Amino acid sequence: MKKIIINEELCKGCGLCVEFCPKKILVISEKKLNRKGRHPVIVLDEKKCIGCKSCALMCPEVAIEIYEE
Amino acid sequence: MKKVFGKPKALQETPTHYCPGCGHGIIHRLIAEVIDEFGIREKTIGVCPVGCAVFAYKYFNVDMLEAAHGRAPAVATGVKRAWPDRIVFSYQGDGDLAAIGTAEIVHAACRGENITVIFVNNAIYGMTGGQMAPTTLIGQKTETTPFGRNSKIHGYPIKMCEMLSVLDGTAFISRVSVNKPANVIKAKKAIKKAFEMQIKGKGFSMVEVLSQCPTNWGLKPIEALKWVDEKMIPVFPLKDFKVKEG
Amino acid sequence: MSKKILMEGNEAIAEAAIRADCKCYFGYPITPQSELPAYLSKHLPEKGGVFLQAESEVAAINMVYGAGGSGVRVMTSSSSPGISLKQEGISYLVGAEVPCVIVNIMRGGPGLGNIAPSQSDYFQATKGGGHGDYKMIVLAPSSVQEAADLTVDAFDLADKYRNPVMILGDGMLGQMMEPVEFKKSSKNNLKRKTWATTGAKGRKPNVINSLYLQPTELEKVNKKLQKKFKSMEKEVRYEKFYMEDAEIAIIAYGTVARIVKTSIEYARKEGIKAGLIRPITLYPFPRKVIEDAANKINSFLVVELSAGQMVEDVKLAVNGKKDVYFYGKLGGVVPSPIEIYEKIKEIALSSRKK
Repeated sequence: MKKIIINEELCKGCGLCVEFCPKKILVISEKKLNRKGRHPVIVLDEKKCIGCKSCALMCPEVAIEIYEE
Repeated sequence: MKKVFGKPKALQETPTHYCPGCGHGIIHRLIAEVIDEFGIREKTIGVCPVGCAVFAYKYFNVDMLEAAHGRAPAVATGVKRAWPDRIVFSYQGDGDLAAIGTAEIVHAACRGENITVIFVNNAIYGMTGGQMAPTTLIGQKTETTPFGRNSKIHGYPIKMCEMLSVLDGTAFISRVSVNKPANVIKAKKAIKKAFEMQIKGKGFSMVEVLSQCPTNWGLKPIEALKWVDEKMIPVFPLKDFKVKEG
Repeated sequence: MSKKILMEGNEAIAEAAIRADCKCYFGYPITPQSELPAYLSKHLPEKGGVFLQAESEVAAINMVYGAGGSGVRVMTSSSSPGISLKQEGISYLVGAEVPCVIVNIMRGGPGLGNIAPSQSDYFQATKGGGHGDYKMIVLAPSSVQEAADLTVDAFDLADKYRNPVMILGDGMLGQMMEPVEFKKSSKNNLKRKTWATTGAKGRKPNVINSLYLQPTELEKVNKKLQKKFKSMEKEVRYEKFYMEDAEIAIIAYGTVARIVKTSIEYARKEGIKAGLIRPITLYPFPRKVIEDAANKINSFLVVELSAGQMVEDVKLAVNGKKDVYFYGKLGGVVPSPIEIYEKIKEIALSSRKK
């Protein structure tokens, strides 16, 4: 089982992770706003995560942590 | 649950000031991962540039010196000559390294200075608001080439890897990019090889990283990644230019 | 165990640096100081030090910043045009509080000028040729022996204040040969520099930096630096020669002061009570001794190999109490004792009439 945790305060909403997720489970939240006034990325369906790490590789803020069982 | 990806120890907790989608954050992380993997954090000393990465000393969890514009290779030389067993790297942009600092980088390479240089090429001057860089592409519009870079007036983009790789003192010269996961993985391999060259005392190593600058290119982050592919890589091919054997 | 040996000024400074535990030297050839790097290229490695000829004076001062910032004793040297190139680096060194020693063997300027001796870099050295509010201790030797002694002091002072220290000589001093004894040794080279970037082993990272974007932060830094520069005033040094009963005080430094001493001997023979105040530190400037002299003597004569730079500091110290006259030579022309004596006589006699 793979789990990704996004630090919403670090996320700048650049969308690089969204672009490269092969399972398309990441999306920039329309409702959420962090303290810097940015819309952070959220995980739509964690069960579909294959742990490819593409999101974490591309994240310039190191806002994504990935866990595996 | 085991953490398989997270913040390297060689990066501080400080959130960066870089624009959304900027390549600096990725490149900082790759360097920090390499430092962690080699276990050299406590003996690494970095030199930061004048440019967007001027605050790199806030982000890397190692001793750092803030250099004058373009002078980082000379500062790094001073540190390395004083402490040859430390790992010394400089982190520079295209103005810092390829404009004002051309003498310093050429001579550090020429001397085979046993340092590692990370050269971030985003074809523009970021910090000062988007002026022409020595690596700006022909036709590219910038604050000081509002009609597009014209070779007759402004000459041609400079090719640092190509130039430096002919010098005997160089051990590893490579150009990479961070505009997609596969390239990020290759970039890390190159950065790791560069630091390895220094650890083994092989000579001068440099990795030129093509990086996206969405803000000054006037593009959204995803579009900026594509611009690297479509416009930059044809002019700045990704490859190893020099790999010292042995 | 020391003995007197015949050495030229440039080489004496180099040897003294070695004795002061200078670990690194970065420099570039320029007349009339090239013998200094050449001497160190031979002898510094023997003592386990590092000599590197840089690609330019700009690169050299930045190598100094790197080595000094990582806590080792380091020196560079050049002559006037090369010191101009180093100004940005010097400003950074002061801003980042990096100790180092910078030697300027002055030559004729402005521009390419010539290789003859000059004192026309006084403003550059003492008023900050680089940008920003800053000072460095400036030592002005007037003999090869003094150059050797002051070089050792320079390293100690640089470490004491975490600031660059400049040794200001001229082409004559650099080139002339005199007997010298290396009796001085460094006082505090063993103090560990906990602020230096040597690798963050078992501690938080150190940063060598002069960037403070927040105005209130930079104000704090500047105030701290100003306090430091003020505290350097206790390092003031000067020499008095025949000042006890002087009617006219000549102010001169470096090799010019030696010529002036001869002129004073001539003047004394003619019954003119001339004396010399020789600043040894140009910063901090020996204001007080000149202020005090202004109460007793009739007039001042400042002699420099320039169009008049130190004379302004003398005038500030005298503060209008007495007349301050100036005699200068330009372009690397060196005055003879006779011509200075004639000037002393002219001024002393006319001042008596007043």
